[in-house]
Amino acid sequence: MSTTTSVFTKPLSAVRRVDWRQNVIYIGFVAAFLLFAITLGNDGFTTPNNLLNIVRQTASISVMAVAMTYVIATAEIDLSIGSVAGLSSVVAAIAISHFGTVVGILAGLGVGLVIGAVNGGLVSLLKVPSFLVTLGMLGLVVGVARWITDSAPIPIADPFFNALFGGGDIGIIPGLLIWALVFVAVGALVMNKTKFGRQVLATGGNQTAAQFTGINTSRIKFTVLVLSGLAASVAGMLYAGRLQSGRFQWGTGDELSVIAAVILGGTSLFGGRGRVVGSLFGALFIGLVNNGLILAGLDVSQQQIIRGAIIIAAVALSKKK
Amino acid sequence: MTGAATADVTGAATGTTVSAEQVVEMSGISKAFSGIVVLKNVDFSLVKGEVHALAGENGAGKSTLMKILQGVYTADSGEIRVDGIPVKITDTFAARAAGIGMVFQEFSLISTLTVAQNVFLTAEPIERGFLISDRVARERTAAIFADMGVEVDPAAPLANLSTAYWQLTEIAKALAQNAKVLIMDEPTASLAKHEAEALFELIGRLKARGISIIYISHRMDEIYRIADRITVLRDGAHVLTSALSSITPAEIVEGIVGRKIDGQLEWRERAASAGRVPVLEATGLTSGARVRDVSFTLCEGEIIGLAGLMGSGRTELVRALFGIDALSSGSVKIGGKPVTIRSTKQAMARGLALIPEDRRSQGLVLEHSVRDNLMLPLLDRTTSGGFLNAQKIVSLAQTLISKFSIKVSNPTMAVGKLSGGNQQKVVIAKWLGTEPKVLMMDEPTAGVDIGTKSEILDMVRAIADDGKGVLFISSELPELLAVSDRILVLRNGEVVKNMVRSEIPNEEYLQLAIQGA
Ligand SMILES: Nc1ncnc2c1ncn2[C@@H]1O[C@H](COP(=O)(O)OP(=O)(O)OP(=O)(O)O)[C@@H](O)[C@H]1O
Ligand SMILES: [Mg+2]
Repeated sequence: MSTTTSVFTKPLSAVRRVDWRQNVIYIGFVAAFLLFAITLGNDGFTTPNNLLNIVRQTASISVMAVAMTYVIATAEIDLSIGSVAGLSSVVAAIAISHFGTVVGILAGLGVGLVIGAVNGGLVSLLKVPSFLVTLGMLGLVVGVARWITDSAPIPIADPFFNALFGGGDIGIIPGLLIWALVFVAVGALVMNKTKFGRQVLATGGNQTAAQFTGINTSRIKFTVLVLSGLAASVAGMLYAGRLQSGRFQWGTGDELSVIAAVILGGTSLFGGRGRVVGSLFGALFIGLVNNGLILAGLDVSQQQIIRGAIIIAAVALSKKK
Repeated sequence: MTGAATADVTGAATGTTVSAEQVVEMSGISKAFSGIVVLKNVDFSLVKGEVHALAGENGAGKSTLMKILQGVYTADSGEIRVDGIPVKITDTFAARAAGIGMVFQEFSLISTLTVAQNVFLTAEPIERGFLISDRVARERTAAIFADMGVEVDPAAPLANLSTAYWQLTEIAKALAQNAKVLIMDEPTASLAKHEAEALFELIGRLKARGISIIYISHRMDEIYRIADRITVLRDGAHVLTSALSSITPAEIVEGIVGRKIDGQLEWRERAASAGRVPVLEATGLTSGARVRDVSFTLCEGEIIGLAGLMGSGRTELVRALFGIDALSSGSVKIGGKPVTIRSTKQAMARGLALIPEDRRSQGLVLEHSVRDNLMLPLLDRTTSGGFLNAQKIVSLAQTLISKFSIKVSNPTMAVGKLSGGNQQKVVIAKWLGTEPKVLMMDEPTAGVDIGTKSEILDMVRAIADDGKGVLFISSELPELLAVSDRILVLRNGEVVKNMVRSEIPNEEYLQLAIQGA
């Protein structure tokens, strides 16, 4: 290295410093947990049962948040996931009652696949902004779900389906926790350790540069939107299994919780950065706050106000320069 | 995921008389954009291990020719041979497969990834079947940098690094793909002098390894310093190709502009000499860590040059004056009256204008038309009864376009499609349209051709003759010396020298003052 040109040798010490703001979710999670544990300890917050309940209630959000991390990392958005979850739950319920478990599951997944492909096709081929495509899709899908069910719930009397998707426990571990953990583990591995994940980050980081490097950015965007649709249909079936019915309301409004969870987790809304594990903690954080506020005896409107304020504060904190 | 387009290198190696060391040969290349011809039957060839300079006015077609070689655009007609074999370069993939590496300045790196992740993007080292290994990528990147003779932390996120490192990363990325040809489009435009020096040394080392380099530049001294041969384009046509040892600078300039011009970078006595009436007085300005206790007085009709290394605080000083960065202490007087400036809007209302350093990100809305960009700071003057007046806009824009000889076929064309130098003219025209009292210019001639550079310098002189004060930042000392009445040298945010132009005997003297030797 004796020929090293002096100008370029200054140490890049400042560079490796970990930016705590990207990890604010972990601090927030621990802080919220401790706060509730201290103030609500007597209200049963820390009982294993309550904690497992939080996990059960946030499983669907966590699953969708994993896929949403990919979508947001490519600088796109998917607003249709909540409604896709609802439609998947009813389509699975109907198909189960007619054709049995396997067809039911496939039908549920098919919903996510088809809607994800339509979203992805419009975004990647016609270059329609994903915000508009999926916003339109949100309304359309809810309409379809209400229409085919006459807005009525469809019970699922299939014990295997209900046990697989949410009802069952393995030992004391809720099946829903396993679902969430599998999604997160695969999602984190793919994001950080595979070519696909790297290309997702590159597409969101700088689309032109990614194209110039030979990445088919249209295909990446298409793929992440399909994955998001699929994850939403799994989430819908998790609702259906846990609540033993398909219903168009399942998942209503989840897109906001999911996006909040992803952003809280440190994924950049502008693309190029994706943190799957962070998204899981974002989802758990939201579940924790919901649970804590209920135990604290706040009514629904008060919960909504406080939840909104906490999310805004946390996002602002993670963004502040 | 890597949609594999490969170069069509199977074409018949016909018995042409190309010498073996001819790496790239482009012949009869023509290209038109929506009917407007940008390249006419251009020939260009590159020999193994040479540095070949490509020169020409703004809009001459240099970047377009290179983008054709890189597969960004496809030529309408003409042939490209790599190592004597005809290839069809239909996309950037094919170019890469043919061994053509690019050192784009603007768009081929991902700022959210690390250096090593960028170097191996789409070519990540794989372990255990499908998992990519950032560790191996880092090691290999470190090895490439060691070969290049530079030291860069492969794990550093790109967003934290300066332009010089982005360039090194680009070069490493090309080398990682075994490029035998590197294309550098105005690589020193945003480098400080010592960084440029280091780049030249690196180019020398790459050359010694048999890598050929195409080097686009507007700076004659650089071309003579590093290039072996030069090709000049004018209006999309090939003008000359020559070894630099057998051509004079005057001949090159004549080839570039199509006529003889001389002495454009010399100090010239101005029509009206600098006045005595202060127009801008700064006292004890401090802002952030980069501007510390800066005081100076700018008089009507005076041009003050701001000299200093990259990071010496010149840009930050004008940003603070223009209300972009907050002042933590100090006071500003304009026309003798104390003013506070907290926003760019206030700054403009007080008669300040700033032509920013990075035209693409700070000076222009790239997707908008040339006309809309020109009109942006002038909207107040183009309204009647609260609505924009189309006629006024059209005529005012036309006036600016012809006054600054902006080369654009149609004012409604998106500014992003203009050549680099013409984009810069739009930025300058846009701000001069506001008729400010004080004009601050941050590297206004970066990426501007020789003819235009002297036009811009003349423009600056004319503005000062008009009684306006000018703060002129430049890293090119000859032009700083050519226009400034006074030069402030900044170092670490402080003014270390305040010299009248006549006190400075030559460029070396100024260079030493800047480096603090
Ligand atoms: N995508 C495009 N669409 C339309 N016109 C274009 C496009 N790209 C370039 N041009 C035009 O082609 C001409 C040549 O541009 P080019 O960028 O090759 O010039 P250049 O020689 O690199 O100039 P500079 O020194 O200013 O960078 C210009 O007139 C430009 O406006
Ligand atoms: Mg150019």
